[in-house]
Amino acid sequence: MVPLYMAFLVGGLLCVIGQIVMDATKPTVTPGHILVGYISAGAILSGLGLYQPLVNIGGAGATVPLSGFGHVLVQGTLKAVEHKGLLGAFSGGVEAAAAGITTAIVFGYVVAVIFNPKG
Amino acid sequence: MPGRKKRGQQTVVFDSPPVITAWASVVGPKEGEGPWGQDFDLVLEDYLFGEKTWEMAEHKMLREAITRAVDKRNFMPEDIDLLLAGDLLNQIVASNFAARDLEIPFLGLYGACSTMSEGLSVGAMLMDGGYFERIVAAACSHHYTAERQYRFPTEQGVQKAATAQWTATAAGAVLLEASGSGPSIKSITVGKVIDMGQTDQSDMGSAMAAAAAHTIKTHLSDLNLPGDYYDLIVSGDLGQIGSAIARQLFVRDGIISPEYSDCGVLLYDQSQTVGSGASGCGCCACMLCGPLLKKMQKGEINKLLLVATGALMSPVTSFQGESIPSIAHAVAIETA
Amino acid sequence: METPDKKIKAIEKQEYEDLASQIRPKPKLARNMAWAFVVGGLICMSGQWIINYMVSLGVSLTDASTSASCILIFLAALFTGLGYYNELGQHAGAGSIVPITGFANAIVASALEYKREGYIFGVGARIFSVAGPTLVFGFVIAVLVGLIKVFLTS
Repeated sequence: MVPLYMAFLVGGLLCVIGQIVMDATKPTVTPGHILVGYISAGAILSGLGLYQPLVNIGGAGATVPLSGFGHVLVQGTLKAVEHKGLLGAFSGGVEAAAAGITTAIVFGYVVAVIFNPKG
Repeated sequence: MPGRKKRGQQTVVFDSPPVITAWASVVGPKEGEGPWGQDFDLVLEDYLFGEKTWEMAEHKMLREAITRAVDKRNFMPEDIDLLLAGDLLNQIVASNFAARDLEIPFLGLYGACSTMSEGLSVGAMLMDGGYFERIVAAACSHHYTAERQYRFPTEQGVQKAATAQWTATAAGAVLLEASGSGPSIKSITVGKVIDMGQTDQSDMGSAMAAAAAHTIKTHLSDLNLPGDYYDLIVSGDLGQIGSAIARQLFVRDGIISPEYSDCGVLLYDQSQTVGSGASGCGCCACMLCGPLLKKMQKGEINKLLLVATGALMSPVTSFQGESIPSIAHAVAIETA
Repeated sequence: METPDKKIKAIEKQEYEDLASQIRPKPKLARNMAWAFVVGGLICMSGQWIINYMVSLGVSLTDASTSASCILIFLAALFTGLGYYNELGQHAGAGSIVPITGFANAIVASALEYKREGYIFGVGARIFSVAGPTLVFGFVIAVLVGLIKVFLTS
């Protein structure tokens, strides 16, 4: 089991990188860019086999940041390719990430229906 | 003889200066908590003003400011010849909807946050030209309608830059009459669109300061006035950073010891966490139609140069990486 | 083609930028980094706490990890609706954007903002204004990696 402090350290450091990128590139990089950048970076690193070691050390510190979401997509794809070949390349990613995506969209919709923007 | 009222490059001087006989302002809760709370005609308790949407609240604020200004002279909206109004929304819907309710002949204006001076300028020229007897010039902005149109959704956790400004929830309306008592508009300077290549949407003050300085310089040189002629030169919404840049530009342009301030700096207290200050059409509209004209009425200010500044970009052009063009119009208001 | 006029304009713009950048305050990098580290770290740590707890109950690590993400997404959506998440983001910056909670916040915030334009083309369509690009890039890269693997193994 990954100790809590390691999750804190790794997760915190990943966020600090994002902060440095945002502050250094003001005003071009917006939060939307950060989200897209992290999911892409996580997916690419995962494809190169470089993200799993980070998950082994940091646990949730590496899986909770959005780069971890990219990692899940890619690992799901790679596993599915082993079993199903070409079809797996197209089905594996979303299968692995299904719970996260569905939760985000369903709760997002429900919350938007229940609450009003406060400002 | 055509052009006889034009002086210098961009300035118009009036033969019979239109008189500001009445004015009114409506502001949001945050503006009411600021240093000038008691100088506004109406401070709202919430941002919806009894409406279902922020857009409808904004139009109601504008309508309220106009009817209050007109009512101070015991007129009805139908007694008004012309309404000149604008706001920040796409297709200036707040103004269009207010004009629909009021049934006053209407010319919609878009000058971003410079709309208040644009309306006063156009109104004063139409008045001095003898076309109309009573004109209302008005402008408004609403924090949440502007925020969603120009920036991020309000509930998204985005860090506000120190340079960012807070769009004021405010509306102001001025009634111009051919004669009467009150301060009058002596001259106006129509600004040019200036673009200094600034691209940061969260730093409009830096983009607009160049336009403000250019218009002020042109106004003073067109009329051959010294830098300290006006008791107060007040820009629209440059904020702390923009007005600091403007001061530097005055030095560069040889404008000596101007008494200068900025509505964006004045509207809020330092403690109200508004970044660089206030912005929006309503910022300078409510400062004019509240504290500033009140001070003129009391004789604390006799010569005021109002230089409302506008950033003329859209979210689309900013996404495409274009820089932010800016404009500033100057309106010289003096007591008899 | 660089005309002399354009060159002068470019110099003027550069001079103006030099002046403006002297006055413009710099972002408080150290403070921002500290906030991002602590808030981002705490969010991840709470994820780890959920994982460890579920694993101790006998749940598999993969399922525990997925559940932790879903719980954090739910909480972030809720706090966005209650109006707290943007307050946190004001200080935490990337600390509240980079974790999956930032993704949830962006989804809810854009949906919430367009509620008054209706539930189908307001909320329903806008929910993807931030989630859309993120998922597009995630899917495209995942499929590309998968295709490369298919190509290499065949």
